[in-house]
Amino acid sequence: MSESAFEPVIIGFTCNWCSYRAADLAGTSRIKYPPNVRLIRVMCSGRIDPTFVLKALADGADGVMIAGCHPGECHYLEQNYKALRRHRLLQRTLAQFGIEPERVRLTWASAAEGARFAEEVGAMVDEVKKLGPLNWPTRPVPQSEAAAEVAP
Amino acid sequence: MSKPRFAMYWAAACGGCEIAVLNIDEKVLELDAHFDVAFWPAAMDVKYKDVEAMEDQSILVTLFNGSIRTDENEHLARLLRRKSKLLVAFGSCANEGCIPGLANLSPREQIFERAYTSPSTENPDRIRPQPACQVAEGTLTLPPLQPVVRTLDQVVEVDYHVPGCPPESHQIAAVLDVLIAVVKGEAQLPPKGAVLGAGNSTVCDECPRKRDVKRIDKLARIQELPPLATDVCLLEQGLMCAGPATRSGCNSRCPNVGAPCIGCYGAAPDVLDQGARLMTAIASVVEAQEPEDIDRVLDGLPDPAGTFYRFGLAHSLLRANRAALAEKP
Repeated sequence: MSESAFEPVIIGFTCNWCSYRAADLAGTSRIKYPPNVRLIRVMCSGRIDPTFVLKALADGADGVMIAGCHPGECHYLEQNYKALRRHRLLQRTLAQFGIEPERVRLTWASAAEGARFAEEVGAMVDEVKKLGPLNWPTRPVPQSEAAAEVAP
Repeated sequence: MSKPRFAMYWAAACGGCEIAVLNIDEKVLELDAHFDVAFWPAAMDVKYKDVEAMEDQSILVTLFNGSIRTDENEHLARLLRRKSKLLVAFGSCANEGCIPGLANLSPREQIFERAYTSPSTENPDRIRPQPACQVAEGTLTLPPLQPVVRTLDQVVEVDYHVPGCPPESHQIAAVLDVLIAVVKGEAQLPPKGAVLGAGNSTVCDECPRKRDVKRIDKLARIQELPPLATDVCLLEQGLMCAGPATRSGCNSRCPNVGAPCIGCYGAAPDVLDQGARLMTAIASVVEAQEPEDIDRVLDGLPDPAGTFYRFGLAHSLLRANRAALAEKP
């Protein structure tokens, strides 16, 4: 697959109070951004367990974006700081798995920042396009004896 | 009436599971009273060809410990699956990959380099083991290493899981009691896929140490910390403890004596990825908000993947380093 033809799949986790509304605003304001991101709304960026990110990457995503309220503006007071700490810890761990830091982006967008949200998505899509597909191999499942014997 | 057959096999393992079985003391006589030991390389001399000659399904239960690292391990996993009615993944290696699974962070070339040419190894001719080697007496062979370590249930179907590194002796005894009761016709088999010989909660739940407000501004190794309080949560005192994400069943053996849980009973019930759940838990309690302050605390964990996935790497969502996964067999 040539670089120009590669369209990354990016899973975007957005919080109910700021970043999802930023995405909504981007839409109602007719701001264009690449369609590569699949948004999943959660109540708060503090809800994002690194499990969600790993599962997305292991199951075929090329990147994951986590978007929350700006620091100090979390609807639940300080849960976006939890997201920040988890992201920094996850990045350290992912490096040992050989996964580039650009594939997991943490960003902030308030409900008024539709343009900023669109810019962030665009920037991330560009970066992941440069990195190429992740193509994480699928998890092995037990094969029946017959299947095992015909395998090379 | 002849007794049902029992087998125990070690694949990529340390032998600790065999010792743990012997640690059940006189209970092992009950095992002998109710089962005919058909195959157990650590305890008796039976050749692979003898197992191959057995009828399919003629072994009632096989306790399989060890992960799948070499072609020989895989061959025995498939062979014992065929010969056994019940195949039990016994111990952390068979269930989650355990310490051998940590090799999944490195491609094979790095593993060989480290093992045979690192400064601590005297090997001036840089000799490496080969799959086949000619000597005067003929050809010697070694089973090749596979690209990554796999768990038993990634290779064949598994009926039951007994976690632990090694499984605690009282838990092994309890599992044997169930098997003996089934043989005597006094009990039904547990549902397929059940986790036997373990609890249904986390190590924290069994731990007697007091938990207050978890806020840590420092993570360090035990020798870098001042003497620790004996009745307060180790994590609160700055010691990385895997209790929050680890299955109960050991009676919190390590925290009881002042050592942190390292996660050997595997992921707690309903936890998909033990390491990810640990990251969630640890990052939540770090007392820092600015990136630089967060990093200062996290610097106390120099090997996050090796710490969070010490036992569960081969069975985690990602399973291995990207380069190791990409290798051809």
